[in-house]
Amino acid sequence: MDDLGFIVASYAVTLVAVGLFAWSVVRRSRRLAEQVPPEDRPWT
Amino acid sequence: MTASTATRGRPDRVTGTPFTRALGIATLVGIVWLTWFGLFVTPADVNQGESVRIMYAHVPGAWLAYLAFIVTAVSSAAYLWRRTRSLTWDRIAGASAEIGVLFMGISLVTGSLWGRLTWGTFWTWDARLTTTAFLFVTYVGYLAVRNLGGTHHQRARRSAVLALLAVLEIPLVHFSVELWNSLHQEASVAMDGLMLFTLFLGVIVFTLMYVWLLLHRQRALALQDLVDDTGLDLAIAARRAEVG
Amino acid sequence: MNAGTLSVARAIARRDLLVEWRSRVVTNQVIPFAVLVMVMFAFALDSDAVLERVAPGLVWLATIFSVLFLTARSFAVETADGALDAMRSAGVNPMAIYLGKAVAVAVQLLVLDIALVVAAVVLYRADVSLGGGVLLVTTILVATTGLASVATLYGGLAAGTKGRETLLPLLLLPVVAPVLIGATRATESAFGTNGIEVSEGWPWLGLLAVFAVLFSVVGAVAFGPLVDE
Repeated sequence: MDDLGFIVASYAVTLVAVGLFAWSVVRRSRRLAEQVPPEDRPWT
Repeated sequence: MTASTATRGRPDRVTGTPFTRALGIATLVGIVWLTWFGLFVTPADVNQGESVRIMYAHVPGAWLAYLAFIVTAVSSAAYLWRRTRSLTWDRIAGASAEIGVLFMGISLVTGSLWGRLTWGTFWTWDARLTTTAFLFVTYVGYLAVRNLGGTHHQRARRSAVLALLAVLEIPLVHFSVELWNSLHQEASVAMDGLMLFTLFLGVIVFTLMYVWLLLHRQRALALQDLVDDTGLDLAIAARRAEVG
Repeated sequence: MNAGTLSVARAIARRDLLVEWRSRVVTNQVIPFAVLVMVMFAFALDSDAVLERVAPGLVWLATIFSVLFLTARSFAVETADGALDAMRSAGVNPMAIYLGKAVAVAVQLLVLDIALVVAAVVLYRADVSLGGGVLLVTTILVATTGLASVATLYGGLAAGTKGRETLLPLLLLPVVAPVLIGATRATESAFGTNGIEVSEGWPWLGLLAVFAVLFSVVGAVAFGPLVDE
């Protein structure tokens, strides 16, 4: 891997990792929400 | 209309609020801006060459990881202190630690790639890097303990004590490693105005990411706890129905 | 902390040591394991010169791995009969439990350490001068105290239901890094490895002492909240 490859890989790793985490959080929330009515969510 | 049909097809409608939506948009804009500046607009460094571009992702990641762990420690203390005891603090502590581990992992990987470009090695045993690796493992352990089970308050108290122990251990380990290996050369980076700005931008973008992730993750944990409680209530009701 | 707590702690320590004395797990299993680890290091490193240089580190590595067993065993004794829960329900001060168990672990660790140092002298041809000997003994005492303190604290957390014991290495090994660093450097001075003077080892003892004091105090205080269910 040359210089540019390393640099792009760094940005890619960062964005992909954060993106995956965000996606998994949102997905789990949606699944959980099926069991909790909206009134019980204190932030809405 | 069930909750699922209400949320289907609408991204982050469950833990999202108008605020997080705005935050999310700002974050995405910031990410694009940072990537563009980091990869194209900023110049190469006099000493390090192109590899300095990695710093715009690596440094903010590390800083935000530290911030996240500080938040975990403070929230843990807030939970333990009777007057402010609330499971929300526990959930913030947990969510923040998860994000901290994520950012710390990113920081270690990008730092390793940078090291390979700059110094030719993927790893060196200097104090800062070693303590970072130590921090990473410590909080992985913290997250493992959070999943040990028991009531929400048992989990909260256990984790809170552990988080405070971690805060105690970090300076001790850092100090020991520094004594052990005082050979780290600070890589000097002559940063001109644009590079400094981009670094600053990086910190802001990562902070936005952190807050967005924290809010969503903390609310997801709250949902999980609610579901656990509901599950428990249902189980108790079912038992009563059996008996009565 | 009052006299009552101390006497309970003493009773618990005595009980733990008695259990060990009767079962001889440390002498029959843990020490052979540790010595075996030392032998295997020799196979892996395959060079007398290298071995002599790394002997101090190997002694403390083997010690730290053995602490995992000692601690797990110390708490397995409790959880087998639910003794820990019984003691807590009976209102026993958790500080007393912590102190008693930590002392018992420390004593067993001490015996282990002596065996390992002897093994190092024999297997790796380390040798010790008189000044080095004083340093060595002090290092062993202080490092053992630190290790026992922190291991008992985390051991309590990792005890109990299945799936928890594997947590102990993950939690404990990062934390004992200062002890590994400090004890190894001090032992290097004591053995005179690499021409290091005995005098250079004493500052490391300072680090070990800080660690030991810190975790004895913190452990006594944090054990209760951490372990209570």
